[in-house]
Amino acid sequence: MSLSRRTLLRTATGLTVAFALPRAARASTKTVVSAEVDAYLAIAPDGAVTIYAGKVDLGTGARIALPQIVADELGADIARIALVEGDTVLTPDQGGTGGSTGIPVGAMTIRQAAATAREKLLGLAAAKLALPADALEAIDGEIRPRAGGAGVTFAALLAGADLDLKLDPKAKLKSPAEFRFIGKPLPRPDVRAKFTATHSYVQDHRVPGMLHGRVIRPPSQGAELLSVGETEIPGARVIRIRNFLGVVAATEWNAIRAARDLKTTWREVQTKASSDTLYTDIRATPVIREERLSGDGTPDFAAGRVLRASYAWPVQSHGSMGPSCAVADIRADGGTIWSASQGTHRMRRLFAGFLGLEPSKLRVIYMDGSGSYGTNGNDDAAADAALLSRAAGAPVRVQWSRQDELGWDPKGPPHILDLTGALDAAGSLTAWESIAYLPMNTPGLPGIPLLAVDAAGLAQAQGRSAGLLAGNADPPYSIPAHRTLIRWLDDTPWRPSNLRAPGKIANVFAVESFTDELAAAAGIDPLQFRLARMKHPRGAEVLRRAGAAMDWQSRPSPQQPDSTAKTLRGRGIAYVHYKQAENFVAMAMQVAVDRSTGGIRVERVICAHDCGLMINPDTVRAQVEGCILQTLSRTLFEETTYTGGRVTSTDWASYPILTMPDVPKLDIILIDRPNERPLGAGEAAAAPVAAALANAVFDATGIRLRRAPLTPARLKAAMA
Amino acid sequence: MRSITLNVNGIDRPVPLDDDAMPLLYALRDTLALKGPKFGCGLGQCGACTVHVDGEAVRSCLLPAAEAVGHRITTLEGLGTPEAPHKVQAAFIAEQAGQCGYCANGMIMTAAALLARDPHPTEAAIRSELANNLCRCGAHERILRAVARAGA
Repeated sequence: MSLSRRTLLRTATGLTVAFALPRAARASTKTVVSAEVDAYLAIAPDGAVTIYAGKVDLGTGARIALPQIVADELGADIARIALVEGDTVLTPDQGGTGGSTGIPVGAMTIRQAAATAREKLLGLAAAKLALPADALEAIDGEIRPRAGGAGVTFAALLAGADLDLKLDPKAKLKSPAEFRFIGKPLPRPDVRAKFTATHSYVQDHRVPGMLHGRVIRPPSQGAELLSVGETEIPGARVIRIRNFLGVVAATEWNAIRAARDLKTTWREVQTKASSDTLYTDIRATPVIREERLSGDGTPDFAAGRVLRASYAWPVQSHGSMGPSCAVADIRADGGTIWSASQGTHRMRRLFAGFLGLEPSKLRVIYMDGSGSYGTNGNDDAAADAALLSRAAGAPVRVQWSRQDELGWDPKGPPHILDLTGALDAAGSLTAWESIAYLPMNTPGLPGIPLLAVDAAGLAQAQGRSAGLLAGNADPPYSIPAHRTLIRWLDDTPWRPSNLRAPGKIANVFAVESFTDELAAAAGIDPLQFRLARMKHPRGAEVLRRAGAAMDWQSRPSPQQPDSTAKTLRGRGIAYVHYKQAENFVAMAMQVAVDRSTGGIRVERVICAHDCGLMINPDTVRAQVEGCILQTLSRTLFEETTYTGGRVTSTDWASYPILTMPDVPKLDIILIDRPNERPLGAGEAAAAPVAAALANAVFDATGIRLRRAPLTPARLKAAMA
Repeated sequence: MRSITLNVNGIDRPVPLDDDAMPLLYALRDTLALKGPKFGCGLGQCGACTVHVDGEAVRSCLLPAAEAVGHRITTLEGLGTPEAPHKVQAAFIAEQAGQCGYCANGMIMTAAALLARDPHPTEAAIRSELANNLCRCGAHERILRAVARAGA
């Protein structure tokens, strides 16, 4: 017997509110076909609306933004909207949640579905009320005459039927003047439960008969497992599939003990790669091909004043606060996985492949995890759980340790940019060249190769994928002669993945720091230098707004340091037009540098942010705060260290991140443009953070730091 | 296997124990199925697992469960409920002071213990108290504001 829709929904996540659920009798036929409105929306006989979203809320606020959009576009009662996210049985495949596409792509498709549904309901009501459709409006779950008088509810119009219509990409959208919910800072529905311990994270998920699993990773990358001892822990069992080694036990502590105490011997692969030699290693890596990202011709650096500089960004971890976790129940004929993956549909395809199951027999259900900022260890933990579950014949929960997470999560890859610029005699920028050294993504790679699958010797597609790394390697300014080249590398030290604003943070660190170098060489105020070359009015506006909020005094950097001062203060600014196509962001910072220690204290951050139409300004603000603070952390503190094929920064002492005493005052200016398309907010403001910081340090000290993280030791050494 | 009794949120609960070194966190999460305290590092570095023992904020990932016998243990569940949240929880809700919310348990429990002994802490005192509670999403400023609101 197939599960009823109600049962499916109850087991889906803790988020599904206990509404009377739609189409309960036809659970097995619920469409997930992305061209159908019914894939995204259901209207129950009692009028309650359910949204089915393929993209998920990662703590980002989509869980309120989607109901706001549907309440407006459909005319639904916002108090009676439920949301199901990322369940492969119930939601359409809208692609992974990443790249700041949740709102501009995922939610806009759902908006279009809602508009399509509203047009149909208006048509049905027009017939029923004998009024023209344009004399009617959809509001609070009813179609009502605009002139007043009795309306008819959605439920009555549908009389239990599905919407049964194709998504119309041309269905008319409401204008900003008609919005009642879009643009309002409504609170998120999951926050109260999260703060009162009533919300279930995947880490909290338990199923009957579940065992706890732990995986014993090799001592270094690629090591071969030679021998394994027995476990003496009561009820524990050792599971080995070639080089994949795990334990399962009835209690979590016994699984931890069994894994900890297990005697193993490994044959390790000798490797010379080390974080100490990272940048010489990158320069020694073969280039697969050179791509011209933008610009034409060959900038002439024969004349004028020529500046050259190289910028470098290290390997970094996602550093999720809760290590990755998953629960899997894999049987011979199918299975279920509960995961915080950013791509549950992708996971179903990949996992069905290596498990040898029909994709339709494998269900992946999204549950909230600790925040992820790209593909962290969640997919790996799910693979661990799936292999252990199949071998153990029981559902298995795998919880990674802190050391697993910082050691084995796929990493944000390192890269280098070489920049050259020329100023003419008048101090005008005449030529620019960027050359970026980035690991090449494997074309068409269906997913990042999983640790457990490789260790177990199972088949999976091999390659690398780390997101759109090249974006913003080119300058956002009008320059007479310019070119940006990407040298795509054949390798990178650690398994890479997309980590928040992939590549763009390091690219903007280089491009916007170098812009400052050129401005300083020309003796021109850095804000004026940028405004003079700005191509976009929206770009100019964010720069001006950030400058005004900072009370920016026009003068060249650096300021003349007081040779007796213990603390040096400076200001810096940086700008990005995200991917040269999306958000406009300007970031200004004030820093204080302790001359004796080289310690950098960020005192104030001003961010002017334009992401077009804002669905919910408070969740946008939260995302911008997160972009700024997380990237300050990455810029000031974070570097994955490694030697001998093993990561050595595997706890919060060796991989420190931003703490409360480090948090600066944030001044965030959100520019609402209700007539522009909405853009994401989870990445763009991250991009200019490092450059704004480095520019402020230069202003304070006259020292140009070109390698992240900007540690006290590096600054002190440079000041000496 | 022996059994110990833990007083959790005002109720005596039996907990089977086959290893005296088992940290309290596993008794709370695994045996008693509580969701408030979170596993973050197991090293006492991040604070996600914080509970109160006799009113003091303690890292349950380090404290052996056996050593908590005879003491009053309070978890986030025992602090307040969705309907009647503790003032710190209410302030976190009002400030929407979290993104993923995974660190919130530790932030709230640490702040509640601070406010119990210093009802109106300075901002510097709040920052100092939360210095060893890590957040990765970047909700820090809202968290500081929420604690200040609860301690106003």
